[in-house]
Amino acid sequence: MDLVPSPSQTIGPFFHFALTVDRALGCLAGPEAGGERIHLACRVLDGDGAPVSDAMIELWQADAQGLYNQPAFRGFGRLPTNEEGCCVFETVKPGRVSGPEGVLQAPHVNVWLFARGLVKGLCTRIYFAGDPANREDPVLALVPEDRRDTLLAHPDRENPGRWNFEIRLCSGSETVFFDI
Amino acid sequence: MDKVIPYRRPEPGSQPDYLYEPYRSTVRRAPVRPLVFLPHTLSELSGPIYGHHAIAESDSDLTRQHAGEPLGERIIVTGRVVDDRGRPVPHTLVEIWQTNAAGRYRHAKDNHPAPLDPNFSGAGRALTDAHGIYRFTTIKPGAYPWRNHPNAWRPAHIHFSLFGPAFVTRLITQMYFPGDPLLAHDPVLQSVPDEKARQRLVSGFDIQVTEPEWALGYRFDIVLRGPQATPFEE
Ligand SMILES: [Fe+3]
Repeated sequence: MDLVPSPSQTIGPFFHFALTVDRALGCLAGPEAGGERIHLACRVLDGDGAPVSDAMIELWQADAQGLYNQPAFRGFGRLPTNEEGCCVFETVKPGRVSGPEGVLQAPHVNVWLFARGLVKGLCTRIYFAGDPANREDPVLALVPEDRRDTLLAHPDRENPGRWNFEIRLCSGSETVFFDI
Repeated sequence: MDKVIPYRRPEPGSQPDYLYEPYRSTVRRAPVRPLVFLPHTLSELSGPIYGHHAIAESDSDLTRQHAGEPLGERIIVTGRVVDDRGRPVPHTLVEIWQTNAAGRYRHAKDNHPAPLDPNFSGAGRALTDAHGIYRFTTIKPGAYPWRNHPNAWRPAHIHFSLFGPAFVTRLITQMYFPGDPLLAHDPVLQSVPDEKARQRLVSGFDIQVTEPEWALGYRFDIVLRGPQATPFEE
């Protein structure tokens, strides 16, 4: 007999004291993890361009070899956004993960966004601007060309090793969200 | 390459749509462009193996986190976490948070003029056991007002967060209490279109779970998405 999955409900505005007390979850990669260490700064803006200061972002990614769930690499991170709608994760740049029909996916980080006003989490992906592998990524290929830019993190000019990613909600230029 | 078995997609009406105008905050936050359908890859089918924190015994007993006992009606909340074919989801992290008995969160931005309880934080976590069963001891949360519309009150509820085995099984939801007259007036619960689906978020009073001379018992089972059957299983 098949059961129907339980419905989602909003995380609401009051989750911090339960879910985001442990700021160590801002770091996805332990000190022994190999690869290029980066900071990934995420910023969330609503339909008016105003910062979303009560969101929670969760990241899930492969290690530098493109493997998930490795002993030296947790690959999971969770942070709340601040008054500017921002949070900064510390991790390593992920490797290429296997994809459908033997095609490798480009390096990417999987994102769940939860917030007041979102009755379900929003799922998106962070790719890295300028990575040649983006051109052959099977998921980016599903995204209309004029919207692919919304999935790119860009290197910060002032801070080497820092990448900036913007999540825009509820507008014609909103970030691509995935139906998974 | 990896042979991946995708997870089943939700049935129409069983999950809320992002835009539900009676819940006002959805209006400036819901996507306006269509979501892009993503066939599942290893990225969606993998997930943190289990909790990322060490779990202490007191984490699942919210009445034992301070020197004294919290005020309010002591309750036990337990249930099974299963997938959509009824198979248990073992060793998965369940996190909860709630108001105190007076309807106030221990949160800097909660300005409801109701008292805080020095003996109650309102946050708990547990892992499901090998049979998918979790169990919390807590106190019954209170209803609280919010500014969604005139005279808006949230019914008493406990927020639940679960991981399950994969990125796609992540679920954040809320548990309600049976017979609460506020349920019919709550746009958050009513954002779920299907009545039967809404009922699955209402816990059941259970005399078997109830402990004599101690605490009322409520049962709240949770169904996570499951993988599609392989041809071999059909
Ligand atoms: Fe709440």
